[in-house]
Amino acid sequence: MHKYANPARFNRLANAILPWSFGVMAIAFAYGLYQALVASPPDYQQGETVRIMYIHVPSAWMSLAVYMVLASASFVSLVWRHPLADIAAKASAPVGATFTALALFTGSLWGKPMWGTYWEWDARMTSVLILLFLYFGYMALWRSIDDQQKAAKAAAILAIVGVINVPIIKFSVEWWNTIHQPASVMRMGGPTIDGSMLIPLFTMFIAFHAYFITLLLWRMKAELNERKIQIMKENEVLGQ
Amino acid sequence: MTTPAKKRKQQRLLLIIIALVLLSVVAALMMRAMEDGITFFISPTEIAENGKAVGERFRLGGLVEEGSVSSEENGLVILFNVTDTLNSTPVRYRDILPDLFREGQGVIAEGSLNADGVFIADKVLAKHDENYMPPEVMDILERAENYDENKDENN
Repeated sequence: MHKYANPARFNRLANAILPWSFGVMAIAFAYGLYQALVASPPDYQQGETVRIMYIHVPSAWMSLAVYMVLASASFVSLVWRHPLADIAAKASAPVGATFTALALFTGSLWGKPMWGTYWEWDARMTSVLILLFLYFGYMALWRSIDDQQKAAKAAAILAIVGVINVPIIKFSVEWWNTIHQPASVMRMGGPTIDGSMLIPLFTMFIAFHAYFITLLLWRMKAELNERKIQIMKENEVLGQ
Repeated sequence: MTTPAKKRKQQRLLLIIIALVLLSVVAALMMRAMEDGITFFISPTEIAENGKAVGERFRLGGLVEEGSVSSEENGLVILFNVTDTLNSTPVRYRDILPDLFREGQGVIAEGSLNADGVFIADKVLAKHDENYMPPEVMDILERAENYDENKDENN
């Protein structure tokens, strides 16, 4: 079996998508941030503090979405041994970890003025912290095993085991009493956010998704180049 | 593609699916067993049903009962009732309240019951609901509500 599942074809596809994802990201961030931080109205209860939502909610959403990408890619890698799936999973982990950290950090800053606390060990916050540790564990496994194929396998198993945490995070606010309020956007019966706040929030969602796609493709290209260099070096050593 | 390779793929797929199902069952059982620990607060009704020992620390959650907020010692001590609409528990708190603390809003108090059945809180957290809207929209909603009430009174 060949070393890559046709990296040339992947590169062509990535190069075709990248200008578009980058363009959408730039426009959506410019418009979304202006709407979120300047043009949108304050909240009737929270006042101006509600603006944290436009960063916090998309970050929290992406922390789960990226984990699902990571886990799906790991699944494909384990069952079908598709090398590009390995690379996609490996490339998405640090991005997902950053979204998770951002969600925890902005949530903490939001919790102090609204609830009166930076941190409480409630089910939502604790399960999101576990998600951050899953990302760290996944990245650490890749680094701790020298053999790339063994590392990919071990990391993929961890990623799939961690999928259990995703529904726990999503439904924690419904299954148990938590200080964190229930979902406002992805819920039965439609969002409970006024339209003047929902449109900037959706723009930020689009911006965050486009940002992730752009970063994922860049990182996958970089990883492929790195492996190519590695193989060239090995061949050089053998040739001597 | 050769048949043995295909068979191995199917075996791997089956193995992962069985492992995931078992893992979900294990996780569900663990969460059931740890339910009391995961639950962040209990309601006044749960206190009424199960009882809590005097001095036992726990978190009490519910809504601040409308019209129940009062103060003692020139506003240093705040008294209010936490209600789940079925039962309510009186709370005594001597510290600064969070911004979102108001009648009818969610609240979580940390402390213990005293011998008189009053919950002595040393920490009060406000709970936010899932509704977000600008103040003008709230005004319109309130006006509509008042309009409905007036109409009911006139009939």
